[in-house]
Amino acid sequence: MDFQSKSMRMNNARRTAANYFISGLSILATIIVILPLIAILFYLIYKGASSLNLNFFTKIPAPVGQEGGGMANSIVGSSIILGLASLMGIPIGIAAGVYLAEFGRGKPFATAVRFTADVLNGVPSIVMGISIYSLIVKPQNHFSALAGGVALAIMMVPTITRTTEEMLATVPHAIREAALGLGVPKWRTAVSVSLRTASPGIITGCMLAFARVAGETAPLLFTAFGNSFWSFSLREPIAALPLQIYVYATGPYDEWHRLAWAGALVLIVLIMVSVTLVRIFANRGVLKGGS
Amino acid sequence: MTDEQDSRSSQPVPPILPKPPAAFAPAPVPPPVDAAPSAIRDFLSKRGSGSLADNSFAAVMLLCACSIFAIVLFIFGILVIHSHLSLVAFGWKFFTRQAWDPVSGDFGALPFIYGTLATSLLALCMAVPLALGVAVFLTELCPRPLRAPISFLTELLAAIPSVVYGLWAVFVLVPLMRDVIGPFLVKTLGWTGLFSGANFGVGLLTASMILAIMILPIISSLTRDIMTAVPNSQREAVLALGATRWEMIRIGVLRNSRIGIVGAIMLGLGRALGETMAVTMVIGNHPSIGKSLFAPANTLASVIAGEFSEATSDIYYSALIEIGLALFLVTIVVNAIARLMVWAVTRNAPGQVH
Repeated sequence: MDFQSKSMRMNNARRTAANYFISGLSILATIIVILPLIAILFYLIYKGASSLNLNFFTKIPAPVGQEGGGMANSIVGSSIILGLASLMGIPIGIAAGVYLAEFGRGKPFATAVRFTADVLNGVPSIVMGISIYSLIVKPQNHFSALAGGVALAIMMVPTITRTTEEMLATVPHAIREAALGLGVPKWRTAVSVSLRTASPGIITGCMLAFARVAGETAPLLFTAFGNSFWSFSLREPIAALPLQIYVYATGPYDEWHRLAWAGALVLIVLIMVSVTLVRIFANRGVLKGGS
Repeated sequence: MTDEQDSRSSQPVPPILPKPPAAFAPAPVPPPVDAAPSAIRDFLSKRGSGSLADNSFAAVMLLCACSIFAIVLFIFGILVIHSHLSLVAFGWKFFTRQAWDPVSGDFGALPFIYGTLATSLLALCMAVPLALGVAVFLTELCPRPLRAPISFLTELLAAIPSVVYGLWAVFVLVPLMRDVIGPFLVKTLGWTGLFSGANFGVGLLTASMILAIMILPIISSLTRDIMTAVPNSQREAVLALGATRWEMIRIGVLRNSRIGIVGAIMLGLGRALGETMAVTMVIGNHPSIGKSLFAPANTLASVIAGEFSEATSDIYYSALIEIGLALFLVTIVVNAIARLMVWAVTRNAPGQVH
């Protein structure tokens, strides 16, 4: 340290202090970010767990202000709408992804589709909801589960397209070329070789899209609309879990608030399970044992 | 020289190579076509070229890929068609007028534009420093075993549905705002005039806070990807010059990823502009422009969510659809610019593309 002048030593001390200060700030930032998450989760478990009983999963909502109701029709309704949305959205999304990865490689059209899918992912879900309202609900003059399913399906398509394309791009070219060299037609290569190889990744992509739309409320506000009774028909308004949480949370009754917390806990558990499963499967890699 | 040329051209070239062995004899004459074909040739010629199946499969896949464009065009078209009444009645002034009177049919979207911009910008101010801090921590400072759990936790924040955020905000954040944070802000920063007026807990500031929590994971995970895309040679070069760790991050990493970080911030802005449910539950739902941050307000998305089911007259419905059209166009533009910026930075780099 003898060869450093006093100003150099002071400068070094200042730089070291700045280094520690910024490190401390970023650790503080991480703690501030993790804190609301843990607060939300713990509060949810605390408020929701006490209201989760058999009634919740088997009964429909009781008359306003009375105790003992449940959200069974919302859970079933959500499953119906999500099943419908998956039926419509997953095939179209996977097909679009197959086109982008197998037939459209390198073409400007594929870049345009990719870019549009990314941009479409950022469109607010309420806009999708009012578009489907104008398309399906207004001409038919009634709310329907079908409209809700379509609104969620058009939200799933861009996400599934992008993840399918990314997963198919990780399949090594050698496998495709081997199949083509054996005389397998191009379409058969795409289906039986590429898709099958990338299927763990594609399934995780579909599960991610499913988890994302499972929690969406805004598109269902004016399409599925909600229903206080059992409904299994596609042509009638239907209850959905996030929709009921919204209605109950903004309502004036304590019983409703209790049910909203319980419903939110169920929704979060379902989504967390999907996200964790996705993480576990994603680490398995495209080929067994990694590529 | 002339003699050698003459001698070379006048005589035939003597054979230098030996006679080729029998293995290189000319190929035997193939059997005539109408002889009995082998089983393999029979099988292959019966199968055909498969071009019909290939082409029709490719056509079906192309149709599905075009569905992305079809969705965008359909949304734009149907919003324009159904907002026709309002477009004709108010024109461009719709976005500069401050009226919102469903009874007399007088509509102007300025209060909602103010609400959207104010909540989004406030949310960005709160979220960007935190998100950058988390990204810096996770990419440069975090010990390796902690990296996966903490990044998983921040991504869990993105997985929580918006209505659950709203539920938590209504029952936890609003009382906190009303009883603790509000009086504290009035005491310390009341002189600015931004915290005047009654504090009910719901209002612009609460909505901005919940929005900040919601856009944090997007900004931080994208910033992490962009920072990982900076090549290690940059980091090593700065360290070799004697920089401390923070100087290495600032000069080697952040300076190189400035454009990408701006893109990530714009993506967070795009999400904040369109966020509906959590904002509707805590913003107070009053179409007014107030100076105070405690005042209730309304955003473009929350006015649609709140008043769409009450839109009985055609002009009311049309005005709300026009607000939806404006929201659609604005988020598309913001997202497109943001994606271009992020793509420009991560184009040649390893790492995930979002």
